[in-house]
Amino acid sequence: MKRRDIVQKLGFSALFACMAANVLFLGGIIFFIAARGLGSINWAFLTQAPRDSMTAGGVAPAIVGTFYLTLGAIIFALPLGVACAIYLTEYSPKGWIVNVLRISINNLAGVPSVVFGLFGLTVFVKYMGFGISIVSGSLTLGILALPVIISASQEALVAVPQSIREASLALGASQWETIRKVVLPAALPGILTGVILSVGRVAGETAPILFTAAAFYVRGYPDSPFSEVMALPYHIYALMTEGTHPEEQTAIAYGSSLLLLGLVLSVSMLAIYIRARQRKTYNA
Amino acid sequence: MNKKKERLIKYLFTALAFSSLVFLIGIVLVLFKEALPIFGKVSLKAFLLGESWYPTAEPPEFGILPLILASLWVTLGALVICVPVGVGSALYLHELAGPRQRAVLKPVIEILASVPSIVYGFFGMVILSPFLQDTFELPIGLCALTTSIILGVMATPTVASIAEDALSYVPRSFREASFAVGADRWQTLTKVIIPAAGSGISTAIILGMSRAIGETMTVLMVAGGAAVIPHSVFDPVRPMTAAIAAEMGEAPVGSDHYHALFAIALILFLITFAFNIAAELISRRFRLKLGLAR
Repeated sequence: MKRRDIVQKLGFSALFACMAANVLFLGGIIFFIAARGLGSINWAFLTQAPRDSMTAGGVAPAIVGTFYLTLGAIIFALPLGVACAIYLTEYSPKGWIVNVLRISINNLAGVPSVVFGLFGLTVFVKYMGFGISIVSGSLTLGILALPVIISASQEALVAVPQSIREASLALGASQWETIRKVVLPAALPGILTGVILSVGRVAGETAPILFTAAAFYVRGYPDSPFSEVMALPYHIYALMTEGTHPEEQTAIAYGSSLLLLGLVLSVSMLAIYIRARQRKTYNA
Repeated sequence: MNKKKERLIKYLFTALAFSSLVFLIGIVLVLFKEALPIFGKVSLKAFLLGESWYPTAEPPEFGILPLILASLWVTLGALVICVPVGVGSALYLHELAGPRQRAVLKPVIEILASVPSIVYGFFGMVILSPFLQDTFELPIGLCALTTSIILGVMATPTVASIAEDALSYVPRSFREASFAVGADRWQTLTKVIIPAAGSGISTAIILGMSRAIGETMTVLMVAGGAAVIPHSVFDPVRPMTAAIAAEMGEAPVGSDHYHALFAIALILFLITFAFNIAAELISRRFRLKLGLAR
């Protein structure tokens, strides 16, 4: 074997090792959390409230809280995100506007999550007077989800063939009619992918709700959009850093982590699956 | 009449489209407004270069150098993992994986990216840190090293997916030209494709750094929390994000401590903003170079 063949072989093995590391990382995290978390998860864990100062019972209020926060965030971010994507792809604005918007979307996507938390605290909790509540948390998380929804919607809209827009316009439909009745229905599955991806992102975020929505323990279930809530990711953090029974709390934290991990990963896999099918239809 | 409606709808979409910009500007305004009062008490220089962070002592000291250094240390440590592994897996996906492998491996990277940071933090706290403590006989498992490892794993998918995009922009003709003059695949990869995608790959690395330095929950749980200037990778540290997240709940609204935390957030925001703009500029030049300008 020549020297350069050996070099090539070694180089390719190194690349293979890098790829394998990713698989190991993912497998390792899932394995270790599942191995010790599965034991904690049962029907009571999913349906009961915590008892005995967080050492027993379930995490049902945290599940419900995460559901409300995520739902609120999507209700806020979806119309804004889709509107922004429609403007960028359908109304083809002037070059500099596209650039300014693209840069601001990219930068918004790169803002550290704790900074969103401070923004939410100042604007929603205090300035607008929503207090520490589902509303404040949802709005904060919604801003964080916005870039995800915009880019997925944009991809979906761009993939709609130009010819069907032109066909609609040629039949005498106005631009808005074309968007509403032709383009949006065709792009719907792609937009849905964006929504699902952002659900996964939002449901797992902790730092933005630290000062805007989350509480370690709330009695009962939230009864208004302005009440404080428990949330699954914050619950894990609180179990690990507060309280006086580390052993029992760690067991519950394992269960909660596995639950959150399972939830977020299945949501992302669903989105990836829908998107893969979608891309196949357009390429065929 | 219809025309009027059409125009109204267009204006409505234009207005909504600027929401991202409005939020971004809103964040900047809030950070400046809440951060500036602290600079009436402490000079910018004393704030940035002060070596002790005792915000609740009497009198309080607001020097954030230990926090900045902690953030830099753990981020640089993360780079040691996420740059080789991320770029390496991008190269593997681009160069060696067949369509069926790609169909499995690309989702693996995406799913790794979607693992919530609290789960990474929890994993670091209960699995990695005891393991490292036993293996290296450390006095404390929650330290800069543990944090760097976790952050490196977290930033790997970011680097991998952006670098893979960059590689896919390199035109086929480059590769064919290289084969035509007798280069083998490894030579083509290292001497033609990587240099051609170089600035795209550096964009990936910058965005990976940006991800690592802004990460909050993981460092809050794993870094150990000591606000002292780190001297070894086994020291517990308190990066900027961790200080904000841990202390915001206790700082009375409107106090010096409160404003100081906003000032830390402002500096953090400016750092990530600079990273993102740098990435934007480099990737634009990259597209121009390869004739892909949009």
